[in-house]
Formats: sequence, C-alpha cells, structure tokens
Amino acid sequence: MDQQLTKSNSLPLEWRYKKSSKPLSEKVLEFIIKASGISSIVLIIAILFFILKESAPFLISRFDFKEFFMSPEWYPASVVKVRYGVLALLVGTLMVTFLSMLIAVPLGLACAFYISEFCHPKLRETYKILIEFLAAIPSVVWGFIAIMMINPLIIHTFDVPIGLNILNASVILALMSLPLIVSVGEDALRAVPETYREAAEAMGATKWEVATRVLLPAAKNGLMAAALLGVGRALGETMAVLMATGHSIQIPETIFDPGRTLTATIAAELGESPKGGEHYQSLFAIGLVLFVLSFIVNLTADYLIRGRRK
Amino acid sequence: MRTFLILALAIFAGCTDSKHTLIIQNKGSDTLVNLAQAWAEEYKKIHPDVAIAVSGGGSGTGLAALINGTVDIANSSRAMKDEEKAEALKNNGKQIKEFIVGMDALAVFIHPKNPLEGLSLEEVACIYGEGGKCTHWSDIRGTVVPGCQGNKIIRVSRQSNSGTYQYFREAILGKKRDLKLGSMDLNGSRESIDLVEKTPCAIGYSGMGYLSKHVKAVCISKNTDGECISPKLETAMNKTYPISRELYMYTSGDPSAEVKAYMEWTQSEVARKITINSGYVPAPKG
Repeated sequence: MDQQLTKSNSLPLEWRYKKSSKPLSEKVLEFIIKASGISSIVLIIAILFFILKESAPFLISRFDFKEFFMSPEWYPASVVKVRYGVLALLVGTLMVTFLSMLIAVPLGLACAFYISEFCHPKLRETYKILIEFLAAIPSVVWGFIAIMMINPLIIHTFDVPIGLNILNASVILALMSLPLIVSVGEDALRAVPETYREAAEAMGATKWEVATRVLLPAAKNGLMAAALLGVGRALGETMAVLMATGHSIQIPETIFDPGRTLTATIAAELGESPKGGEHYQSLFAIGLVLFVLSFIVNLTADYLIRGRRK
Repeated sequence: MRTFLILALAIFAGCTDSKHTLIIQNKGSDTLVNLAQAWAEEYKKIHPDVAIAVSGGGSGTGLAALINGTVDIANSSRAMKDEEKAEALKNNGKQIKEFIVGMDALAVFIHPKNPLEGLSLEEVACIYGEGGKCTHWSDIRGTVVPGCQGNKIIRVSRQSNSGTYQYFREAILGKKRDLKLGSMDLNGSRESIDLVEKTPCAIGYSGMGYLSKHVKAVCISKNTDGECISPKLETAMNKTYPISRELYMYTSGDPSAEVKAYMEWTQSEVARKITINSGYVPAPKG
C-alpha cells in the first residue's frame, strides 16, 4: 500500500488528479468485472452440481462400471433387457472429433495464414465475411446437407453401402468448426507485431519464410487456442452429427461405418424420457462423461500452452 | 392515460370472456397427440368459444384419466379393455362411448432400384428383430440389389421414443422382442424417406401418409404363402393390410353437447384432410 502511494506520488500531477477523480466509477467497474469472472466459475460448479444431482440415483443404484464403459449396447427402451453401455457412443464421439479436427485444423490454419498474410488486402474482408457466413448456417441445415448431398457422394465415390457415417459427420463438423478456427487463428496472426514481419523481410526472408519461421512460432499459442476451440465445437455439436453419423449404435470399425455420439444420444432421448426415471438419470450420467471429456481437453490445452510459455 | 384505460378494459374484458370459453380436456396416446393437436387448432378457428386442451402421456394414461373422470376425451392407440369399461361404469355410472378416429398404417419401403416387390412379416422380423439373421439382401430369397455395395441391408429405423417405432416393433415382433441395435435411428419420418431415397442398400418404415414416389413401398404378406397386400388407403381402411391398427377416442356415454359436436366434427371432410396431412389414414366412413 505504501509502495503504491509513493508510486502514485511520483506520477505527473495530471495523472494523479485523473486517478483520484473517478474512484467510484472505477470501483463499480472493477466490481462488475470481478463479478463476471466469478460468475463463470459459479456457473460451472452449478452445472456440475446439477448434472451430479440428476444422475446420482442412477450412479448409486444402477451404475455398473464394467457395463457402462465396456458394453457397446445402449438400449434403455428395450422390452427384454435394459442395457446401459456407452462404449459405442464414446468411440463414436472420439472418432468423429478426431477425424474432423484432422480435416479442419490444417485447413483452417492454412486459411487463416492465407487471409492474414498472402491474400490481397482488398479481398481480405470479403473472404472473412464469406467464411464467417459458414457459421451462420443452422445445424439442422448441415444435417440435411449430410443426408441429401454428402451421403450419395460418399456412396458413389468410395463404393460403400451407406454414406451416413463417421466420415460424413467429420466432414460436416469440419465445415462447421472451420469459421471458428479461421477467425481466431487469423486474429492470432494479426496480433503479431508488424515489426516482426518488417525485421524478417529486412533480412531477406521470403513471404513463406516469414510465415513459417517467424509468424508460426510467434502466434503459436493463439493458433493452438484456435484449434482447441474447434475441438470443443466438434465435441459439443449435436443436431448435425445426429443426422450425419446415421445415429446407429455400433462400434464403427472403419470411417465408413455409421456410429453415434454421446451428445446426439442425449439430444434424441432426453425430451421423451420421463423426468426422474432411470433412463433420464442415465442420460445425465452421459452428460457427466461429456463434462469430464471436455474438462480433460481444456486441461491438456492449458498444460500445453503453459508448458510452451516456460 | 386514456389508451392505457382502454387497454386495461380490453384486457379485463378478455379475461371475463375467457371464463365463458369451454375447455375440453383431451389426453392419451402419444401416437395420436399430433393429430389431436392439429384437430384442436383447426376446431378453435371454427368454434372460438371451445378450447381443446390436448396432452400426451400414453394410451394407458388417457384411459385411466377417463375412468377417473378427469378428462372428457381419452385418445388411445389400442382398444379399451372390457374390464376398463366396467371400471368406468362403476366409477361414473356411465357407459363408455367408442369412436374410431383414424387408422395408423406403417409402410415398409426400399430404394426404387431394389428388385423386391414384397416382404412377409417373418422376413421383416428377420431383418429388424434382435437375433434375426438377415443381414444381406441375398438372405431374402437371394435378392441382388444393383448399386448396393456388398449387398448389405442398411436398416433405417426411428428413435425409440417415437410412436411409429413402438408400433412397428409391436406389429413385427410382438411385445416381447426388441429391434436389433445398429440401425440408423433417425428422428423423423421425412428423414427416413430421404435417406432410403438416396441409399440403394436401405430399407425403412414410416406412416403411410409420408410415402413419396421416390421410394418403393413393398407389399406385405402375413406369411410366406399369404397374399401380398400393398399399403393403400383402402387396404388400411378394410384392415387387410397387416401393419395397421385403429386409433380410438373414448368419451363418457352421454357427453356434453360440445364434446359431442367435436366428435362429430372429427368425421368431417376437413378433419379427414388433416388426418391425411398428419401421416395417418382417415377412419372408414359410417
């Protein structure tokens, strides 16, 4: 406190005057910012609590670790034997997320590089608007595109029995997460100071060398954040994936097999399962699995970025 | 201030007015809920003084509510049992009146390139039922489907909460057998048709009203030697088509004039058109 005082005393007179003139508005502002910071933590805890509360009876009375994680049979509506196995859904989610990122991350980052560094400044804004327009297409429309256009295309191109499969969903998801990856990636590249580029060019570096040797390392954290936001988008997408994967309960052996994801299962079944019933609670248990999954993704991201900063 | 007063008066008038609106409680089958809702909305246009409150919950729920006397009309996708009727008589001292309001007929359809014209119920069960061994089209009388890689059967089904799914399972497999896992469980009849239209290997099912000319609806026979019946309005109405059932509405023996008028209206041409648009078959006349 003392230090601060002496510090502020050493400031020019006008600054000191300004600082002391709006303590109240600053305090209010500070409070608002603090509150919004805390509220996100409170919200996360509240969501976790809610999911735990809703799934608790299932976890206590019906939950069987071996069945839940090892059985590929998810059959809550069975008239013979009710089965709760999420293995097929888990594999479906992971496969779709992984493959879609394999497509979207290189494509998105390349696109970000192109828009930020290589394309004509006049075209830049047009391209950005066009790419961001992809984000405005509703999920259900993507699902429809998956059934009516990509499905027959995959059947003809790869000569497979069904075109609603992991590949189809991955393509759709890649297209859906592309705008996010491109715009965040582009912002990260724009944030690299112009002096870096000028210095590199002054040393005779080509545009390609500037991009790969200077900008890539300098914007690495931002680009990584772009990719991980894409992963989050892919993991959480529901409606389009429901339609594009074929929503079929089986462990996909290749990318040409239909599958089903965790999110799509919740979306499809929650609305009609009687509230408070076993089926309803089991869907919240799936929600818990998803929560843990996205927590792991975020934690890994955080670790990677911090590790690199050191 | 004056506009405010007028507004307040208008709202007040609206409130008192709504007290005169008669509310008919209508509850039951989830299969019927969309149709009942569509009817209620149309009826409201003709008779603004009658409001029909439609809710689902299942046929059993609706019938139980009718027995307890808490609803005016119960929707049901199964016939009311005699003991239920007796219980209602005991509770309310009134007979139950039955109305057949429509038919639910499911068509099984395949890609137009598929050479099959008909399937027996056993074959459909072999394709869809858990434990059924028909995984390739060649398992059905050695069929070869052009354009279908590996001749594999792609089963298109519906999500387990759909009424169509439940009736299909019951009609094909009875009450004690499940559908095979690994089918494509779509969330609408329209989507099932779109997918089969674009997929040579596929087979799907939906309410008859959804059929389009881009898919081939097969005729269904009760057993391998039986007559193969095509899904049509007539065959569904005269019940020769095997996958069809009546949809019922039940009221108490002497319903109020408004309920009676509504039940009569459900047999009108307008109501029948709504039935067809909702994917069902109108009830046989008379």
